[in-house]
Amino acid sequence: MSSTHEHSTRDHPGHDHTGHSHSEPEAHEREPDPEIVLRERALRELLIEKGIFTADDIRRAMETMEARSPAMGARVVARAWTDPAFKTALLAHANSAVTQFGVNMGVAELTVVENTAELHNMIVCTLCSCYPRALLGIPPSWYKAKAYRSRAVRDPRGVLAEFGTVLPAEVAVRVHDSTADLRFMVLPRRPDGTEGWSAEALERLVTRDSLIGVTTARAVDGACD
Amino acid sequence: MTPAYAQGQLVRVSLRNQAGHVRTPRYLRGRVGRVARICGAYPDPERLAQGELGIPYRMLYRVAFPQRELWPGYAGAAADDLVADLYEHWLEPKDGT
Amino acid sequence: MAEDQPLHATAHHDYGGQPGEPVETCAHPATLWEQRVDAILELLGDPRRRLMRVDEFRWMNETMAPEDYERLSYYERWVHSIARLMVRKGVVTQAELDARIARLRAEGSDAP
Repeated sequence: MSSTHEHSTRDHPGHDHTGHSHSEPEAHEREPDPEIVLRERALRELLIEKGIFTADDIRRAMETMEARSPAMGARVVARAWTDPAFKTALLAHANSAVTQFGVNMGVAELTVVENTAELHNMIVCTLCSCYPRALLGIPPSWYKAKAYRSRAVRDPRGVLAEFGTVLPAEVAVRVHDSTADLRFMVLPRRPDGTEGWSAEALERLVTRDSLIGVTTARAVDGACD
Repeated sequence: MTPAYAQGQLVRVSLRNQAGHVRTPRYLRGRVGRVARICGAYPDPERLAQGELGIPYRMLYRVAFPQRELWPGYAGAAADDLVADLYEHWLEPKDGT
Repeated sequence: MAEDQPLHATAHHDYGGQPGEPVETCAHPATLWEQRVDAILELLGDPRRRLMRVDEFRWMNETMAPEDYERLSYYERWVHSIARLMVRKGVVTQAELDARIARLRAEGSDAP
C-alpha cells in the first residue's frame, strides 16, 4: 500500500525533513484490517455494478479532494490580510466570499472567525470530525482522534501547548464545537513585520494548524528583508 | 418560523437523555449559556439520520458558555469560552419560565 | 465484528470533555486507501444521487459497537458504517455483500 506524502514543512515550523526516514510507518499508520479491505472492495464493486457510481467517478473525486488543501485557506487568509473589503465580506458571508477563489462550499456553511489581540479561536468537532473540507481538504488525523476531540473543549490551553502555542491570559481562548452544519475556519492574526509583503509571501506563513486554531500563523524569522 | 430566543438571552441546555442521533454534546446538557447568534432554521438532523425529511425544521443558535462554568477547576483564563451550535428543542429559558 | 448487531445508542462517540491522552500533533497524511474511502462517501452523499444524508452516516458511526469504535481506525469505521447504511437502505443486501466478500476472499485477491 503506497502512501501519498503531503507532509510539508509548512505544517511543522522548524521541523526539518532532511534525513527523516519515512520507510517505517508509525503504529497508527498500520495497514487497514484485511477484513475491512475485503469489505470495502466488495462494497465498491457492488455499488459500481448497480450504477451508483463508476470507477472514474471515484478517481475524479479523489483528484478533486487532493486539490483541496490548506494552501487554499492560506490564499483566502492572505487576501483578507491585504484587502479590508474582502476581509469584511469574508467575515460576513464566507461562502460567497470564497467563490472568488473558485471554492464551492456546496451545502456546507462556512464561518470564518477572526483572531485578534484579545481573542484566539480554536475549532473542534467533538461528536465526529466536521471540518471545512470543501476549502481545506481532508482534516488531519489528530483532529479526528479521541485525544483532540475530548480535550480541546475542556483543556484548550493544554492542547495548544502541545502544539507549541502559548497565549497570555489576556488573550481569551474561544473553542468552537462544530455541532451543526456550520463549518469553521480561523483567520489568524497577521504576523508582525510583514508590512508590504506580497500575498504569495504571506500565504507561506499560514499553516493548516493556524487555520484550525491550534497554532498562530508562522512568525517572521529574524532575517533581514 | 419565529425564534424562541433572542441574541444575548441566557438559555439552559436541556438535561435529558435521548435515543437516536443527537447533536447536543453531553458535556453541555444542563448548562447555561448566552445566545451569541441566531443562525436560522435548519432541517432536524435527528430526523434526517433516520432517513426522514427533517421536518419540522429547527431554529439553530450559536450559544456561548464561560469555560470556568463548564469545568470544575478550569485552569485557563476567566474570559475563555466555548461556543456550540444548538437546536431550539434542546434549549430552555434559563429560569425555566 | 458482526453486521447483524442490534443498534447501540451508547453515545460512545460523544467524546467532549472526557479524559484524554496527549494529542499526536504530527498528522499522518491520508493513504491512498483512505482517500478512496473518503471519495466513496463524498459520492454517496452527493445530493444529486438522492441516496443518503450525512446524518444517516453519522448515525451508523454512533451505533457501532463501542469496542469496534475504539478498535477500528477512522476510515475503517467509515467502511463499516457505509456498508451498514447501504444494507439498511436496501442499496445492497446483506446476502449480496456477504457473497461478494466470500468470493473475493476465496480468490485470495487483496489488490486494490
